[in-house]
Amino acid sequence: MSSALRPYRAILSARFRMLLQYRAAAIAGLWTQAFFGITLIMIYSAFYHSSDTPPPIALPQVISYVWLGQALLAMLPWNADAEVHDMVRSGSIAYELARPVDLYGLWYTRAVALRTAPTLLRAAPMVVVASVVLPFVGAPAWRLAPPPSLTAAAGFAVALGLALALGCAMSVLINISLMWTIRGDGVVTLFTTAVSLLSGLLIPLPLFPDWAQPVLAWLPFAGMFDLPFRIYTGHIALAGLAGVWLRQAGWTLALVVLGRWLLGRGVRRVVVQGG
Amino acid sequence: MPQILVEQLVKTYQVAERRPGLWGAIRGVARRRHRTVRALDGVSFAIERGELVGYIGPNGAGKSTTVKALSGILVPDSGRCEVAGRVPWQQRIAHVAEIGVVFGQRTQLWWDLPVIESFELLRDIYRVPAARYARARDAMIDLLALAPLLDVPVRQLSLGQRMRCDLAAALLHAPAILFLDEPTIGLDAVSKLAVRDFVKRLNRDDGVTVILTTHDMDDIEALCTRVMVIAGGKILSDGTLEALRAQVTRERWLTVDLVDASAALADRDVVEIRRDGHRVCLAFDPQAIAPAELIARITRQHAVRDLFVENPPIETIVARLYAAHGGAAP
Repeated sequence: MSSALRPYRAILSARFRMLLQYRAAAIAGLWTQAFFGITLIMIYSAFYHSSDTPPPIALPQVISYVWLGQALLAMLPWNADAEVHDMVRSGSIAYELARPVDLYGLWYTRAVALRTAPTLLRAAPMVVVASVVLPFVGAPAWRLAPPPSLTAAAGFAVALGLALALGCAMSVLINISLMWTIRGDGVVTLFTTAVSLLSGLLIPLPLFPDWAQPVLAWLPFAGMFDLPFRIYTGHIALAGLAGVWLRQAGWTLALVVLGRWLLGRGVRRVVVQGG
Repeated sequence: MPQILVEQLVKTYQVAERRPGLWGAIRGVARRRHRTVRALDGVSFAIERGELVGYIGPNGAGKSTTVKALSGILVPDSGRCEVAGRVPWQQRIAHVAEIGVVFGQRTQLWWDLPVIESFELLRDIYRVPAARYARARDAMIDLLALAPLLDVPVRQLSLGQRMRCDLAAALLHAPAILFLDEPTIGLDAVSKLAVRDFVKRLNRDDGVTVILTTHDMDDIEALCTRVMVIAGGKILSDGTLEALRAQVTRERWLTVDLVDASAALADRDVVEIRRDGHRVCLAFDPQAIAPAELIARITRQHAVRDLFVENPPIETIVARLYAAHGGAAP
């Protein structure tokens, strides 16, 4: 078993080390996201202070939700793997097929590296800024609050792991979509829009209108950000934990099955390039 | 049973055709017109263990398609193909573990990693045992003079250096068959010689079967005992270089350096190919006139400074073969 996984482990570790080199991008990203987070929080504070109707989610929960989204942004499958993009365009995907490994497994491994390495670089400083620095500089109301209980924290950790698994399955689908178009950017833009809107990155999902709630709840995107974040903030009660995990795992399975099928078809398309 | 067996292999694919002009582009959005291209049109051949075969043909002839089918990357429409008893695309993973592939215009090394780390990654991907890897790695470093390159990131290598590293990378798992797709493209003279030398030695000393596609006829003359020519998806010729020559033309070339540059040199048995000052190049058929007789006749009629007889260059032979079969000239 360990020998069966050896290629994937090696590729994961190599990609991981390569991605960790992009420290400058991480620092730049930190600034952008801190700014973005504060802007979103100011907007939500203004809304909440000028509204009399009882909100579907409390302001401190929204604020923590926003910070988690900014800290974990790199985990969200919103873009294609630049390496895969190059491979599909240049035809070196032939090399990828000439390796004695399962192609889906290989691409999933790449996705895991792509979604974890930059997240590790960015999440910790972002969390420090949002939970320690903000109260220190006189904005305690804008801080990232700790989860209400240890059980919620543990439930969040599991849900975050499943969100990663789900996000990686979606990442592979985005990469596969590159095989159907020459530049690929158009389809990727569709993914970017859908993922950032429907996962809760831009607007926390509980703030969407009531009629949209059942739809949002059953799309795969909620499992990537919204559901784990609502566990963290206590918006989803502990009784709902198992349901969330099940939904995330079910969607992961479905996307993996879909991805495997599409990859098989896509490979047959691209290998003809370059006669 | 040959190591590689290909029978009546056919592969067609659809190419979207763009109509010219703005109106054509607009119509193309609504409805695409497709054209069917037969990349392989009944290709058959057999290759024994330890052969070094040159596979040539004009651009778009079907060379790469054949190599892709043989390496399990591409599924043909019909026909039979077995490599070491396996159907490549049906048992892709087991198959590719035992072949090596080098595509000259691409690299399989990781762009941002030092060369040695790419090697170690390939060791893990191919699950090569540690001791066997160390032996193969050291042999490659020695044969291809890679020692000074090992710690250099791939993106900083010159093309020749990269090709040497790519050759090593394709052989770390000790494959029994090596596919080389234009390995000398873009290389300088020294690097070309190094690559040829290495391939020749690999084939001779380790018995590795090599299939080499190239546009460089010097590669073929230096390396291959057998040449297969493909054009328009069909094999036009398969045999030794001499057999290929004989199939296309019996013609020899006689080059004469005349003392008098203005002298006319007309003879019923020769065709003048080109004239460059004192130097005249003539083509003749050695079965119509013996070379010795022709030389005697010419030296009798003209004051000659020097002369020599040679075969037409293999480029000319191949170009004629392509042209005769309607293939685009390379």
